[in-house]
Amino acid sequence: MPDGRTHVKEDEQRHETRIADALKARPVEDRAAAAAETVFRLDDVHVHYGRFLALRGVSLDVGKNEITAFIGPSGCGKSTLIRCLNRMNDLIPGARVEGKVEYHDQDLYGDGVDPVEVRRRIGMVFQKPNPFPKSIYENVAFGPRVIGMKPSSMDDLVEQSLRDAAVWDEVKDKLKQNALALSGGQQQRLCIARAIAVSPDVILMDEPCSALDPVSTARIEDLMDELKRDYTIVIVTHNMQQAARVSDRTAFFTAEAAEGTGDRTGLLVEYDRTDAIFTHPSDKRTEDYITGRFG
Amino acid sequence: MTAEAFAPSTLRRGASRTAAKITLDVAFSVVLFVGTIVGVIALATLIWTIVDNGWARLAADPIAFLSNYVSRLPARSGIKAALVGSTYLMVLTALFCFPVGVGAAIYLEEFAPRNRVTNFVEANIANLAGVPSVVYGLLGLGIFARFFRMGPSLLAGALTLAVMSLPVIIVAAREAIRAVPESIRLGAYALGATKWQAVRRQVLPAALPGTLTGTILALSRAIGETAPLLVIGLPVVIFSLPNDLRDPVSALPLLIFNWTSRPQAAFAEAAAAASIVLLALLLAMNAVAIFLRNRYTIRW
Repeated sequence: MPDGRTHVKEDEQRHETRIADALKARPVEDRAAAAAETVFRLDDVHVHYGRFLALRGVSLDVGKNEITAFIGPSGCGKSTLIRCLNRMNDLIPGARVEGKVEYHDQDLYGDGVDPVEVRRRIGMVFQKPNPFPKSIYENVAFGPRVIGMKPSSMDDLVEQSLRDAAVWDEVKDKLKQNALALSGGQQQRLCIARAIAVSPDVILMDEPCSALDPVSTARIEDLMDELKRDYTIVIVTHNMQQAARVSDRTAFFTAEAAEGTGDRTGLLVEYDRTDAIFTHPSDKRTEDYITGRFG
Repeated sequence: MTAEAFAPSTLRRGASRTAAKITLDVAFSVVLFVGTIVGVIALATLIWTIVDNGWARLAADPIAFLSNYVSRLPARSGIKAALVGSTYLMVLTALFCFPVGVGAAIYLEEFAPRNRVTNFVEANIANLAGVPSVVYGLLGLGIFARFFRMGPSLLAGALTLAVMSLPVIIVAAREAIRAVPESIRLGAYALGATKWQAVRRQVLPAALPGTLTGTILALSRAIGETAPLLVIGLPVVIFSLPNDLRDPVSALPLLIFNWTSRPQAAFAEAAAAASIVLLALLLAMNAVAIFLRNRYTIRW
């Protein structure tokens, strides 16, 4: 396993040094890269589930070909927010998004925007690997088929997607086998292959490694580093070392009780370059969280 | 807890579980075992009685028995018309009720709004599954045979059996659809699939084994039904095969019913022999259902 990628259960004592190691393990030019073109621009986003306010007042920009990490304690709204970016929240009855979510200067929630079209450009990888109960080949070919892509060779597209997701070598001899027979880590990389087969612009990852073992986690983190050359990636993670290792920018969220009611509403505390967030956070709440005093 | 509680004597039989409680345990499992055995014995007795009465008749000349029409003479009687009629009824019933049942299940599980109308419809489908078959016969008589002027025909019989089987198929298909994890739908949506694409290409194929199993079990109930067919007026004895949906047909249970009510002992034997054929058909259909369930059901 490569250095600085050891993923063990949270251990407060060695916590800070591990984050520092994780930051150091990354190439310098990567950290110094200039701010990129904006893909998402969020302005004062509120999300309600029925009468419950899940997330309030989020404003942030997501840069092209960058990895943006959303971190924070459970219930802080980070998964809620990532689901706003490809309108997956539409599928939850009672969910309502206020404020502005712009994608390449277009209002994602504007009149006439088709969520199906949105999801064709903004793919998603879920927390628990969810391969379709079909062959490995069919899993990858499903997306291109439903969106009506006419590749000159579906076989080549499937192979390229599996190669790009670093799972080709493990599955090339069993493309006709059921995907449910793969290991959890292979299933998750298959889900990534499935997502990139439709040539999306953005890949959203909702805690993609939380159900995986450390070796599989390391492989997916390496893979993300490769993928960001071609795609913009937004990742939600519970694991701060992971955010420190892979992301260019980090948004820290927390949940606070709203006045009057006892409901806890998520909010964005701080959003900055990842090394800044982890080395000199400007907000006390961020510092408490990343040093393991809270959360 | 004191150290005393861990003394070796506390682990002995009878330390806290009294002899009476242990006896009760044993007695209870005996009662459960007897309950299971009663069912098995009933089935075995049934099969034995039928085979004992009918095997000699069937084995004497099985080809003639299967390919002869009914005759005034029991020895020359066969089940051809009834067997073919039952087969036609079964195929047509399946053609009618499978698409409608699966369609209703898809609508209720995937598309119906959660409101009082939907709840009312759902509750009534569950109720319909328990309605006695003779009542479906009255419905078939009133609607298909009389109102739509189909008369006592193959079409009216198949439609009546289809309506009777429908609730069971809807319930089975809904359960199979509900067993497909939500993550599969979300995975399809996240790739840009429309709702219909997600349902048609992921949910339905995954729910198909369970749906087929339920459909076959519903059909194997329908193949044994006598009452609704009698009520709509299908003949118990017929000397021709249907050429047309409007022609009358008979069915195995109708023929068995007719033969058992005749005085000659030889017809009772023929009825038992026909019952063997009906049972074999039923067991074969159930075997297919079990095979489908074991072979294709997805373990998530």
